[in-house]
Amino acid sequence: MPEFMNDTMLLWPLAVPLATAALCAAAWAYPRAQKVASLAGLVLTLAASLLLLEAVMSQGIVTKQFGGWAPPFGISFVADRFGAAMVVIASVLALAAGIFAIADVRRRQVKAGFYPLFQGLMVGVNGAFLTGDIFNLYVWFEVMLIATLGLITLDRTRAQLDGAIKYAVLNLFSTILFLMAIGLLYGVTGTLNMADLARVLPQTEGSVALTVSAMLFLLAFGIKAGFFPLFFWLPASYHTATIIVSAVFAGLLTKVGVYACFRVFTLLFEVNDGGIRPIVAFFAAGTMLFGVFGAAIQWDIRRILSFHIISQIGYIMLGLAIATPLAMAGAVFYIIHHIVVKANLFFVAGAIHRATGTYDLRKAGGLMKASPLLAVLFLVPALSLAGIPPLSGFWAKFMVIDASFRGDMAWIGALALFVGLLTVFSMSKIWIEAFWKTSPRKAVRVRAVPVAMLVPIAALGAITLAIGFNPEPLVAFANVAADTMTDRAQFIAAVFAERQIAGATP
Amino acid sequence: MNLVYAFAIAAQMGCGVYLLLSRHGMRILIGIVLLSTATNLLIFVAGGLRFTAPPVIEPGLEVLAAETANALPQALILTAIVIGFALVSFAAALMLKTYRSVGSVLTSDHADAEALGSPFDREAPRNA
Repeated sequence: MPEFMNDTMLLWPLAVPLATAALCAAAWAYPRAQKVASLAGLVLTLAASLLLLEAVMSQGIVTKQFGGWAPPFGISFVADRFGAAMVVIASVLALAAGIFAIADVRRRQVKAGFYPLFQGLMVGVNGAFLTGDIFNLYVWFEVMLIATLGLITLDRTRAQLDGAIKYAVLNLFSTILFLMAIGLLYGVTGTLNMADLARVLPQTEGSVALTVSAMLFLLAFGIKAGFFPLFFWLPASYHTATIIVSAVFAGLLTKVGVYACFRVFTLLFEVNDGGIRPIVAFFAAGTMLFGVFGAAIQWDIRRILSFHIISQIGYIMLGLAIATPLAMAGAVFYIIHHIVVKANLFFVAGAIHRATGTYDLRKAGGLMKASPLLAVLFLVPALSLAGIPPLSGFWAKFMVIDASFRGDMAWIGALALFVGLLTVFSMSKIWIEAFWKTSPRKAVRVRAVPVAMLVPIAALGAITLAIGFNPEPLVAFANVAADTMTDRAQFIAAVFAERQIAGATP
Repeated sequence: MNLVYAFAIAAQMGCGVYLLLSRHGMRILIGIVLLSTATNLLIFVAGGLRFTAPPVIEPGLEVLAAETANALPQALILTAIVIGFALVSFAAALMLKTYRSVGSVLTSDHADAEALGSPFDREAPRNA
């Protein structure tokens, strides 16, 4: 039994949500059964992903070849520290969202297929984190896309349909670019396995097709991740979805794009040659700056937070732009911190909506007196997002900005500090308007926030505090993860010598 | 031969991008279809297009004979066609539903997402 588990370790973070999605779809007419199945599935997914992380920590990179095909021919699944950590943090977020859903998801939304679609999204996300094949990554992107489109249009309001069209068209365009990049890459190298590509590409002579392919990858992932000149689909659609869907999207979707970007530009292409680095630096600077500018004018909490997703993506890309080991580690730390904090802020927005009946800060107010607990729970992720010590965001920003000053890009570090200041402005805006000021609508009663909403907010807040007060383990983990990520030889060796490492002793 | 295909793909992609930039929902949809089929052709050409024997292992042999077609690009395209079909049909359904609820397929008339929580909403009270 342990050997069987060891051999199939990589499959469970995918198989469990897939089975749960099927189960939920089968129980279409029974919302209660769907809720129970979904929660059970999320707990099991988290357990499976923790097992995987434990295995990766103890035995190094875990790989799996499907159908028993030898490495470059079949589809490989690979989990290194970065990938496994992403799966764990995605599963934690999914479980938090699953608990939040108990209080937030309405019967009509369950009837529209919330649970199967949500599980389907998790299948796509975990698949994208674990695959070791570039074409397979495209397939997981499409799985994610179709699930997200279903989730955005859950209520079928006019605003959601409108937002979904923008989301669909721009994301379809991005996946088409991705597919073109894969086609050109295959034409040059004749392989799709990432480990094989990492082996073949350094020996391949540079060509126009290869450069175009690298640029297409950057553009495709840039649209997915919400880089500066390409982010317009994000603030046009995220605020229309129901809040729990927005929270999951905010936490996971853009980060999958970022993750793919890191994979492709560490394993396949070098950031340092071919002039990719200045482009990434330009993207990162613009993303930080325009995201935070966009947020400054908004009054709707969801819109403020949507723009802040973009701004924070800039910080993560900063790590790739500097490309020193220190910066890479900072980026890994930043992604993990950011997924937790950003989703948590959206959950708080949902709680504010539940309490005051509005997302508009101008109409909200008086929450400080009515719900002091919520005020404290908001402060933790808000200050963490802005980078106030000793919360997790401070260490994340510190690592990235420190790396930029030590590297050759001090200007971008200075810019990042300035953007941090503007982030404080946005967060204090929410704080002053929603919590401090008295409610402008005298007659309105502030409703109680259900426990099922407070529990995930508190849990994610506790993670933020834990990282903040004891950053050392995660920093050490991020350092090793960044080293493994940038070490091609280790990745190649792990995939091609699968049988010895995965413990499938013959 | 490859040059002919390259021009054909370029023309098709140009048409696709042109249609994608339109305001009309149906044109956008057709633009996406054109782009995704052009991409399929691109994979086909990039995968090495030659007149060769079909990739079938003859009875009695263990491996493929020399000069047979590469089956992998075809498998990739097949996958891409299936996925593309699913997404385009979803997009078409989305467009139809939007037309029915908004009453227009012109994206200039689709302002509901922008209006939701707009900072320029005059209804909302200023700092009270």
